[in-house]
Amino acid sequence: MENLESLLHGFTIAVTVPHLTLMVIGVLLGILVGVLPGLGAPNGVSLLLPLTFGMQPVSAIILLSSMYWGALFGGSVTSILFNIPGEPSSVATTFDGYPMARDGRPTTALATAFGSAAFGALVGVILITFLASWVAQVALAFGPPEYFAVYFLAFASFVGMGGAAPIKTVVALAIGFAIAAIGIDTVSGSVRLTMGIDELVKGVSFVVAVMGLFGIGELLIAVEEEFSARAVSSRVDWKEVFRALGRLPHHGIALLRSAAIGCWMGITPGGPTAASFMSYGIAKRFSRNGARFGTGEAEGIVAPETADHAAGTSALLPMLSLGIPGSATAAVMMGGLMIWGLNPGPMLFVDQKDFVWGLIASMYVGNIVAVALVLLTVPVFAALMRIPFAVIAPLIVIICVVGAYSVSNSYLDVVLMLGFGVVGYLFKKLHYPLAPLVLAIVIGDKAEDAFRQAMLMSKGSLGIFFANRLVTTLVLAGIALLLLPLALQIVRLLRKPDVSAQEKVRII
Amino acid sequence: MKITSKLLLSTAAFMLAGALPADAAWQPQKPIEFVATAGPGGGTDNLARAVQSIITKYKLTDQPVVVVNKGGGSGAEGYVYGKASAGDPYKVIFGTSNAWQQPLVSKVAFNYTDLTPIAAMAQDEFLLWVKQDAPYKTASDFLKAAAATEFKMGGAQSKDTDEVLTRMIEKAAKVKFTYIPFKSGAEAAVQLAGGHIDAHVNNPSESLGQWRGSTQRPLCAFSPKRLPQGPKVTTSEGWSDVPTCVEQGLAISQYEQPRTVWLPGKVSPEQAAYYVDLMKKVQATPEWKEYIEKTSQVDTFLTGTAFDNFIKQDLEHVKQVAGEQGWLVK
Repeated sequence: MENLESLLHGFTIAVTVPHLTLMVIGVLLGILVGVLPGLGAPNGVSLLLPLTFGMQPVSAIILLSSMYWGALFGGSVTSILFNIPGEPSSVATTFDGYPMARDGRPTTALATAFGSAAFGALVGVILITFLASWVAQVALAFGPPEYFAVYFLAFASFVGMGGAAPIKTVVALAIGFAIAAIGIDTVSGSVRLTMGIDELVKGVSFVVAVMGLFGIGELLIAVEEEFSARAVSSRVDWKEVFRALGRLPHHGIALLRSAAIGCWMGITPGGPTAASFMSYGIAKRFSRNGARFGTGEAEGIVAPETADHAAGTSALLPMLSLGIPGSATAAVMMGGLMIWGLNPGPMLFVDQKDFVWGLIASMYVGNIVAVALVLLTVPVFAALMRIPFAVIAPLIVIICVVGAYSVSNSYLDVVLMLGFGVVGYLFKKLHYPLAPLVLAIVIGDKAEDAFRQAMLMSKGSLGIFFANRLVTTLVLAGIALLLLPLALQIVRLLRKPDVSAQEKVRII
Repeated sequence: MKITSKLLLSTAAFMLAGALPADAAWQPQKPIEFVATAGPGGGTDNLARAVQSIITKYKLTDQPVVVVNKGGGSGAEGYVYGKASAGDPYKVIFGTSNAWQQPLVSKVAFNYTDLTPIAAMAQDEFLLWVKQDAPYKTASDFLKAAAATEFKMGGAQSKDTDEVLTRMIEKAAKVKFTYIPFKSGAEAAVQLAGGHIDAHVNNPSESLGQWRGSTQRPLCAFSPKRLPQGPKVTTSEGWSDVPTCVEQGLAISQYEQPRTVWLPGKVSPEQAAYYVDLMKKVQATPEWKEYIEKTSQVDTFLTGTAFDNFIKQDLEHVKQVAGEQGWLVK
């Protein structure tokens, strides 16, 4: 096992006092930027980047990647406690995390999230350790039609899944696609849907959209329902942290399935966001408790968190071995790599063994450090829930306004964020699902680019989506997921012929 | 305050030693914002951050410098922001030839005339790249094959520098390509390594890793003479071993992308002069040389009329290609 030997050598580099200190600093800073929405991992890492110019490359990457782990964990905190996802990939965590926290179990929700996240990250690192060279080849097989097929699969796993009527899901998706189309179109280079507002040429930032949809939208609902009457009494109990962790093995199948989805989406450059959504969708489909998803099910937290971290970790591999950044944060780190004088690409594994294996070893150690630190903070964060609503509500508004402004120092973003708040409120009131809307905003333009690039390549023939085994399998899996709920409905209708004709029309 | 500025002046004078005297007529009084018209990690972002770190290291100003990314809309976000900040000398915009090319081909709400040109600081070269195991050894082999079947050429963005160059090759070699726009050159490089496209025209730094890793190789450089020597990239070859395209019978003798620096419109000449001077000081440092070498760019410094003439020339050229392709807006 040549890889194992290299890994052990890596540990001798990573497990030294200065490097462990850097990890702790990195993780703590990461948790901080992760908890503050709008700041986020990419911004945090780019703020820290100039400080690393004088460092050894391996120390620098340990500091930055530790910050990345910290931010990934921190991003889940606000998703669970305040329904404000700090990162696109933690949106799916809000679906069950927030109801659970509201239900008086913030400690359980946070501990479950961190525990499964750590499991996902661990699987991701093990994958990198043993399959580095093979995995690098997989990513190369992905051209525009394959990219589109992956995104299609992510959408398909969501349509028709929720409790909402399928037509409402489609409406939400369509609105999301329209929002994603705002700005400059990659394929034609022309400006779309800016509605006379010059600044909209930059497009609508995801952070702005989710802070409004989730943060402000939820707040409006809460105000209407006089939420203050139900103060949340959260037990801050150390034992509960361990109890929640102890219950994780009960979700063994969900953990393994989500880790597999996460790794797959991280390597094929689908990324953590698509991974967490897909994992949540599939868990809801196949879990015994699927019907209770959305009301604070532990498995609804396990699935997206495991997949998110598995994908986030394994996404670093294509960055190192191919020079394709899997996420915005990876892109910043890649910029750093070049400034430190390293060239990401296949030769990195040959020329810079110390750097690569030091980094991989630090992923093991860094994640352990991150989990330990973040679990220590659980009671502190959980205690936040005991603050009365009348105090926390204005704080949420301030966080959202500052967060939206700091995305690109733009007042327009604040206005947009508040607008999205109203949209979020209306969606909830009219029982339209928010998840498909967010999914379409986040990966809608990528899916569109991939589709149109594929069409340019094939000169308009859809045959390109069935041109090889990989893309055919992905497309067929997507179609199967899309048709599954419809097929189930039809079976149910056939069994119970007394269901009203009206319902039949609505579904089809 | 007085002591600091005196100190600063003496360091600056010491550093310049014989270069232009520092223009003390205007000095920044509050933090300076560097606006990169690209996302984190892109070429323009790297330039802005390299300049920031040099300024900080040599304390070229006593004001802090922060870099913000406004890369939305292929950089249009940053230029629109620059236009909206008219009269504000604390916003420095880092871009490319996009500043004058983009308004030609899409309805963006700015033009380069809304900004105050400071300098063009470096020129990025273009090369013609193919997959490592492609059967063509030279550019003429490639073009011969391209005449028989329609090749897929990838590049960053649509109607931008990469596509302009692709259309120029089409015209010069009388061939036809299918152009597939991607978000960035790095993405195009990966697509070429995977064999999903047949060629691209990336800058050296965008495909350096892939060349070293033997997944793709350059056929020729769009430059009047061979690129500077530099260290070897692969075991046997370096940038200077790549023939020019003209040598290979592809008659495009020069195509370069300048990295440009701007202030918003309506700033005073003294303020503009301060930044011209600041960038000159940056360019005189060893760190700048190192940055240029690492990113395999060409060190240039165009300012004033030289920069204006460069823009006009390039604009004429792009207008011609865009006109032929029917891209011009309005």
